[in-house]
Formats: sequence, C-alpha cells, structure tokens
Amino acid sequence: MTQDQCKKAVLAIIADIAPDEDLSDVKSDVRLRDQFELDSMDFLDIVMELRKRHGIEVPEADYGQLASLDSCAEYLTPKFNALEARR
Amino acid sequence: MPQLSRIVITGVGLTAPNGNSLAEFRSNLLAGIAGVEFLEVRHMGMQPAGVCHFDPLKHQKRKEARVGTRAGSISIYCAREALADSGLDFAAFPKDRVGIYIGCTEHGNVETENEVHALSKFNNDVKFWSHYHNPRTVANNPAGETSLNLGVTGPAYTIGAACAAGNLGVIHAAQMLRLGEVDFALCGGVSESIGTFGIFAGFKSQGALASHPDPKKASRPFDLARNGIVVSEGGCLYALERLGDAQARGAKIHAEIAGYCVNSDASDYVLPNPERQAECMRKAIASAGMSPGDIHIVNTHATATPLGDIQECQAMAAVFGEGCPGTWINNTKSFIGHAMGAAGALELAGNLPSFDDLTVHPTINVDNLDPKCALPGLVLNRPRKADRVDAMLNNSFGMLGINSALIVKRFVP
Repeated sequence: MTQDQCKKAVLAIIADIAPDEDLSDVKSDVRLRDQFELDSMDFLDIVMELRKRHGIEVPEADYGQLASLDSCAEYLTPKFNALEARR
Repeated sequence: MPQLSRIVITGVGLTAPNGNSLAEFRSNLLAGIAGVEFLEVRHMGMQPAGVCHFDPLKHQKRKEARVGTRAGSISIYCAREALADSGLDFAAFPKDRVGIYIGCTEHGNVETENEVHALSKFNNDVKFWSHYHNPRTVANNPAGETSLNLGVTGPAYTIGAACAAGNLGVIHAAQMLRLGEVDFALCGGVSESIGTFGIFAGFKSQGALASHPDPKKASRPFDLARNGIVVSEGGCLYALERLGDAQARGAKIHAEIAGYCVNSDASDYVLPNPERQAECMRKAIASAGMSPGDIHIVNTHATATPLGDIQECQAMAAVFGEGCPGTWINNTKSFIGHAMGAAGALELAGNLPSFDDLTVHPTINVDNLDPKCALPGLVLNRPRKADRVDAMLNNSFGMLGINSALIVKRFVP
C-alpha cells in the first residue's frame, strides 16, 4: 500500500464518522481537528474503524500519530504493509 | 400553603406512527386512519408495530443522528417542533432557565441489543465494543441529547415511570415551574422501543403481544377479539409555562393543567389494580376541584390485553358510575399501538383539539364490543360531536403498579 492509498483509507473512515463535513479539499499537512469538527470520541471512532475494517491496532500511546493525514500515512502505511505481508 | 401558579400548555411537538405534527395526527384520528405496519424484528420476524416516519435531519446534523440514539432523535424533533409552536424567542431566552423533562418507559435496551449483536460478529471480543455504549445507554440520554442540540443549560433529565411516563413528564414539569426552578419547560415522553426485540419477546412470553393478519387492525382495545399490545415508537413534548409568563409574551394557549395524581398499586409486578387506578382518577379529579361529571373526555390507557382493558373499565365504572351524560370515553392506542413512554403525552395531544372542534375522536377496530368493557359514553369507530368539552382526563398506567391521571382544561383567562 502506498501512502496515498493509506490516506484514502483514512478519509473513507472520516467520511463515515463525520458525514456533514466536506472532504473535497483536505490539507494533508494540517491537523484534522483544525479542519473538521472532530472530538476525542471521533478519534476513538477512527481507531475502532481501523481495527474493524483493516485489522490494524493503534495503541493509546500512539493516538497522537493520527493528528493529520500526513502523520496518519507515515504511521499507518507500514502497518498496512506488514499486515499485507503476513497474508 | 401559597396559591399555586397556573400552568399552561403553549406548544406541542410530536411524532406518531400516523402523523408528524398535531394537525396531521388529529386529522388521521378523526378520519379513522391507523398507523401500524409490519416491522422486521430481530429473532422474531414480522410483527405489527407503530413506526414513525419523521425526518431526523430536519433538526439534527447527520453526525448527531449517527452518534446519538433513536430516542434522542425523537426527543430533539419533538422539542424543536414544540418550541416553534410556542412562538418563544428562544435565541433571546436564558438557557439556564429552561428545563427538559422527558418520560421514558425504558432506555438502553435498543443500544445494548445492537451492540451485543454487533459484537457477536467479532467473536464476542470486547475490544470491538463501542465507546458510545455508555453515553447512548445512560438513562438521561434522550434529555441530554436534546440539551446538547438546543444549548439548554438548565436541568435536563428523564423520568422513568414505565408506561405512565408521558404523563409524568408533564406533571413533573408543572411542579418544577410552580417551584420556580425553571421558567420554561419542554416535557412529555418518548419511546424508541420498537428497536428492541426484548420488549416484543417479553410481551409474547407474557401472552400479551398482539397479532393480526392486517397490522392496522392489530391494536383493538375493548374488542372481544383483542389479543395484546402493539409495540410502538413515538414522542410528544409540550412547551409549558406559568400563565403569567405566557400572557406577558402573548403566547397562544392550548390548555391549562387542571389537576393530576400519581400513585402506586403496591400489589403486583405486572397485573393492574383497578382499586388503585380508580383512586388515582378520583384524586386527580379532586385536585382539579372538579366532580366526575365535569370531565368531558376520558382517554383510556387500555392496551388491548384481555384482562387489562376489563380492569381499567372496572376502575372507570367505579369513578364515573353509570355514566356521566356529558362524559365521552376514547382510546388512541387503537390507532397507533402502545407508544410506551410517549403514550400518555401523545394520547393527550390527540385530544387537545377537541377544545376547539368539540369533536371526540373514536376508539377504532371495535367490531364486537366486549360486554365487560361496555362503558356508557364509549366513542366507537366514528368520531362524535360533544355539547361541551371543557376538561379531559388522561389515564396512563405502567408496570410495577404506577398509575397516573392528568387533567387539562379549556383555558379561560
């Protein structure tokens, strides 16, 4: 999986948990919280959906890695690829 | 004891299985149009149920509707509609002086069942259990969601009172207004109970769940062939104010709270107690300073269980004797099923327009009146005109023996 594909997977989750938001012009280097109305429960939603949809675990200590799309891609792409390699 | 403030109803917001506004609801009650349909219930297949068809997105963002509960959506819809009907300048009104008091039969069953069902798809591994479970299932959820939506910072909570809860929401709000705790109240009851198979299965196990090939005929209080309860969802919230406040802002007044009583059977978990029901009605009538003959409409609680309907009729006969010539008796569940925590509030709303049109909506689906339910004054299958409608008594009873009778009267300045 490329970093762009990883960003698309995260955006698909955000589209479901924040259905009122316009995601057509997301800035990948800006904190998601600064672009959208996302609270702590929404971030737990992202963590839960990564677990349910992709089998990816994000330990609580790493929640900060989900701040922006860029940081998500940095952090999650190796996890996606490690999972892929095990299949 | 100082004289109590007069409390008036200045707004009504509702969603029922046969109407999403008071006008639509009333029109269908007079036209004999029921709102029961078949619904697929988990583990149980198709069951007759009262399903509401309001648009939650009229007053909620999509995210609010996704995160919240059905009961929350119903409450928000009803609260916003009641506010609009009241004509209050809500933007300018101090939000810490608003109270939200919502009656519920139960809350949390729907969300818990859904979560347990979802968890079973993940081998019951609790790391897949939703972080929304607790905020969705706390007993104050519907009132809390409404306070969030409206920005109300005054007291907002639910009142658990089984199927008497709709009446209790209104009674409690009147008490809080009289105590000066708040200056404006949104109150009544809601139900999301069609989302839980447990309610259907519980009534079935009790031998109290309705069945009929035609869902619109499934809820048939007082009919010889009645065979149980149609479970429904719905909601009805009122705007309540002290009379002086309502008059000062020139509010339209639907009716005045005249009296009420809440009591307990203390006799059985589920079986009603006609003696205590009669006592409840008598005390409510006395609290209004009235006699039985002053009540022109009695809306019965009857849910179409074989025994419960007879017992309420026994209680009615004890209070109203051989009949008061100007007292008419009806039942709204025959149209919409049993809306649980919403029932009392919705059923009162369906009768309020009688103050203006002097028409009593009927009890429908009575093909063969049970002789044990043949009360004088029953309005069957067709609406009828009344010479006078100055006061109405609304019965709502619930499990564990909670009884309520609420009386409202025509507003006369």
